Amino acid sequence: MYIKVNRDLCSGCEACLQSCPYDAIVMKDGKAEITELCQLCRACLSVCPEGAISEVKEASDAKETAQGRGVWVFAEQRDGKIAGVSLELLGAGKGLAQKLGTELAAVLFGGTADDALELIRWGADKVFYCNDPLLSTFNDEPYAALLSKLIVEQKPEIVLTGATPIGRSFFPRVAAKLRAGLTADCTSLEIDEETKNLLQIRPAFGGNIMATIFCPHARPQMATVRPRVMKRGEYDAARKGEIVQVSAKGIASRTKVVETVKEVSETAINLQDANIIVAGGRGMGGEKGFQLLYELAEVLGASVAASRAAVDEGWIPYRHQVGQTGKTVGPKLYIACGISGAVQHLVGMQSSDIIIAINRNPEAPIFSVATYGIVGDVAEIVPMLTKKIKDLKGL
Amino acid sequence: MRIVVCIKQVPDSAEVRINPETNTLIRDGVPTIINPYDMHALEAGLQIKEKTGGKVTVLTMGPPQAETALRDAIAMGADEAVLLTDRAFAGSDTWATAYTLSKAIEQIGADVVLCGKQAIDGDTAQVGPEIAEFMDMPHISYIRKVVAVDAEKIVVQRLMDDGFDVVESALPVLLTAVKELNVPRMPSLKGKMAAKKAEIRKMTAADIKAGEGDLGLKGSPTQVKNIFAPEAKKDRTMLEGTVEEKIDALVKELVGLKCI
Repeated sequence: MYIKVNRDLCSGCEACLQSCPYDAIVMKDGKAEITELCQLCRACLSVCPEGAISEVKEASDAKETAQGRGVWVFAEQRDGKIAGVSLELLGAGKGLAQKLGTELAAVLFGGTADDALELIRWGADKVFYCNDPLLSTFNDEPYAALLSKLIVEQKPEIVLTGATPIGRSFFPRVAAKLRAGLTADCTSLEIDEETKNLLQIRPAFGGNIMATIFCPHARPQMATVRPRVMKRGEYDAARKGEIVQVSAKGIASRTKVVETVKEVSETAINLQDANIIVAGGRGMGGEKGFQLLYELAEVLGASVAASRAAVDEGWIPYRHQVGQTGKTVGPKLYIACGISGAVQHLVGMQSSDIIIAINRNPEAPIFSVATYGIVGDVAEIVPMLTKKIKDLKGL
Repeated sequence: MRIVVCIKQVPDSAEVRINPETNTLIRDGVPTIINPYDMHALEAGLQIKEKTGGKVTVLTMGPPQAETALRDAIAMGADEAVLLTDRAFAGSDTWATAYTLSKAIEQIGADVVLCGKQAIDGDTAQVGPEIAEFMDMPHISYIRKVVAVDAEKIVVQRLMDDGFDVVESALPVLLTAVKELNVPRMPSLKGKMAAKKAEIRKMTAADIKAGEGDLGLKGSPTQVKNIFAPEAKKDRTMLEGTVEEKIDALVKELVGLKCI
């Protein structure tokens, strides 16, 4: 497929130039022309007032896609504990498998046979389980080699895992080896009704806009998915399934984990379990501004978080960062102060029950996800809010 | 020691603005920089060279204007620079990008390959590990400290969600850098002079002996279907009045919702 401009219809209005996120449209002799930078995203199609831009199908579009069966979830374990996101993916994977009329399988390296049973109770029909000691601690090479081998043998249609340090590190190796398409940090997965392709939705362009990615031909379709964006399925203690033992024979590792050091910061735990989060962005103006947030957080019994902008400014450490490249949180109440609301921030907090946005700019995108919005100066509003709550609580 | 650092030229701010009327990106006037994580990778490369001796080569794939990023890297202390540029590379996803870079690194030769953990415009963190797979070398992601390095092996700390792992690897190896790894140095006067004079080596698809079907849009398994702005919430309440009235209204709502 490619995108074509009908030169007879093009009026030279240049509306399409701005619409293209890849700078792939240029003006030539007063008419628009699509360059090789085009990614086929179709953003220009609807923008053209003359209807001069269209997609053109090619014979190669009909290229057969390899047939595959089954939706797989790679279940991540660390120190024998299954990651929460793996259970969330079993919930989401079940839905995808049902739409495709296929089975849901989990893959578990390390951990115990009991862990494998748990995966069945969380929704897997089948578990590919390898208990070779080589795989009990994570190393990229053996994990990638064994998962690739399994995929080649079994030919699943879709392979998912959590967008954690482990999943984000070794899944790319598998994709490279198998020439598979891999989409990072998805926030939503759907099945295209017509083509049955997996539609992978993620923030793009520095997290300013959402993109739907798909793999027209390559199989399996692979994705890493953000923790805490999908819902777990029903836990059924009586659920039965098949456990397939997998051998790690012939698998080697050139890296070795010498030592594992736990260094869990209080903040990390607090943020993900917090009922109330007070968050600040560039609009807080500096460390002094954040002091106001700490005071508000104290009277509310809340944790303090920040946007990427505030962390990049050095006003608050990275472990407080919420958003696409930070943590995903889902508190009962999220108070966003001086945060403009770039998509990359929104994806980390928009599942919060109640969102309060305080921002000077009434056009700030944060208001689009807010339950309550206040337009105004955070330096004035935050201390007053702290005082009112203090008075109310009799502190 | 042959050290290759892969860098990417990206728009300066991750907060490229959006035109709310057309839902399109406003990029006019946004300057370009070296991806910040790649700066940490480059600093780590320079520090390894200071310990073991050898040569640091910076490599980027991009349009001809990406040459400025390479000159900036030479100003910081890199010994030489390679620009992979060819129209055939346009439209590459992470698979095709990593394949292309790996073919170039094969030509250059490397004992240690360094990348930033991810680029701030794409945020995928996939290209580094994919290069390692194409080159059949081990990799360690998210390194926050180089503990020891010699001609045969390297020991690093790998940042994890719950702390860090100390990981040892044979060479050659690929490493991806996080912010905590180091503080990138400022360019020296001598470096700036070198940057001005440096000859940038250019490589094309033919130079790296890559198959045409493996490059650019054709070689990319993933495609963009469409882009869109997230939907706005419909049940939003904007609080009006004086500052005090707004806050009183908010406190009242919060009490009603049992948040206070």
